[in-house]
Amino acid sequence: MKHIKTLNTKKLQNTVKKGGCGECQTSCQSACKTSCTVGNQTCEKSRA
Amino acid sequence: MIHQYRNNGYNIVLDVNSGAVHVVDDLAYEVIAVMDRLQGSETPENAIKEALADRDADALAETIGEVRTLIEEEALFSPDPYEHALDRLADRPVVVKALCLHIAHDCNLACRYCFAKEGEYHGERALMSLEVGKAALDFLIAHSGSRRNLEVDFFGGEPTMNFQVVKGLVAYGREQEKLHDKHFRFTLTTNGVLLNEEIQDFVNREMDNVVLSIDGRKAVNDRMRPFRNGDGSYDRIVPKFQKLAESRNQERYYVRGTFTHFNTDFSEDVLHLADLGFKQISVEPVVAMPEDAYALQESDLPILFEEYDRLAAEMAKRINTEKSFHFFHFMIDLEGGPCAIKRLSGCGSGTEYLAVTPWGDLYPCHQFVGNPDFLMGNVKDGIKRQDLVDEFKGCNVYAKEKCRSCFAKFMCSGGCAANSYHFHGNINDAYDLGCELQRKRVECAIMLKAAESAAEQSESE
Repeated sequence: MKHIKTLNTKKLQNTVKKGGCGECQTSCQSACKTSCTVGNQTCEKSRA
Repeated sequence: MIHQYRNNGYNIVLDVNSGAVHVVDDLAYEVIAVMDRLQGSETPENAIKEALADRDADALAETIGEVRTLIEEEALFSPDPYEHALDRLADRPVVVKALCLHIAHDCNLACRYCFAKEGEYHGERALMSLEVGKAALDFLIAHSGSRRNLEVDFFGGEPTMNFQVVKGLVAYGREQEKLHDKHFRFTLTTNGVLLNEEIQDFVNREMDNVVLSIDGRKAVNDRMRPFRNGDGSYDRIVPKFQKLAESRNQERYYVRGTFTHFNTDFSEDVLHLADLGFKQISVEPVVAMPEDAYALQESDLPILFEEYDRLAAEMAKRINTEKSFHFFHFMIDLEGGPCAIKRLSGCGSGTEYLAVTPWGDLYPCHQFVGNPDFLMGNVKDGIKRQDLVDEFKGCNVYAKEKCRSCFAKFMCSGGCAANSYHFHGNINDAYDLGCELQRKRVECAIMLKAAESAAEQSESE
């Protein structure tokens, strides 16, 4: 495309069916403790 | 639903439901804005051309074509498929996968903003016994179902004030994980005062992550993080933290600070920590009641927004240089990030994440500890307040009215339940000032991805 550059190919709606295994890190266990930050967590399956 | 904004020279469009991020030129930015104002994906081509009649006709037609392609691919103005997934959230079995162990309700510092009230959490000073700690790990294993990765944070107060118990619990955990086919990920959160070679070696051997508390510049840190006699802590902790960070190859740790109304120019503190050589940095806004002098106020927001922008622009300049560093709240994983289910269900407090007091009482998270209304049970007797589990289980993005129209809802997943409770008296609201800052951070985080992508492209050319 000439006018638009898309940064990511993975679509969130495609993760509904297969997601939810729950093996990923709990957000407050990283460095939060006073805010909820989820978007920066990594999927355990994609890490494997 | 889309969100478009300009930041640091980039025109950015986030498609909220798909998570797709587009960097667009000025014309595409205008086309998308017109469509968003009119009928979204259903906007007739004529209406777009009419609204942008003074633009070059060929370029406009080409841009509209590109936008249409993205709509067909469900990467722009994509529909919301998630409300249907809520049944799955409601039906999911509750398993516990993470505990925040309050190893010591005592502290050798007297930080002014401490939600634990100098470590004591509105109660008495106490240290967790090895016996209670082992019962907590047993409770976690017994309630973790098929989850293999289990997280335990040694928290406080200051956990190194009870370090023999930390060591004993790690040894016990390593023994038990083999018996039950589990894997413990241990984390230590420390103010660094008691950090020494022995603790450092142990942390490097056993801790998946270590959180090192420091606020930034010496004057800023020492004002809010003094010893009980009033002396500042900066000089005592900085060399130890630098040594620890180096010994971990600058990985799997965070220096973590808090900024307040007293240092709204907090980007200076982040950059100061970077200048000290730290590569993993987290500096968060204080959460405090308005009557506290250090509490952030609504009138602070414009300067805080500028500070986040300034920090992000500086980080963009440092991409691929020796001076680059990670800032926790600007980290975003566009490709391998969490699944939609995780993004809907939030932090897991009160369900999969619980806090344990020195005497084994269970609370939904560390921020509820000491509030009798949220005492859920005990590690020896189990959960006694199923009503609280159910209430927290029902807490998700779609349960919060304020979140429905927010573009950042799948990044913060509805925000912090404790903050909601402290400001509004229930867990299904949102802490408004925190939301404003969260949205700005998401914008900056995405801009940095655009900058990284531009840097990659220019390198390959």
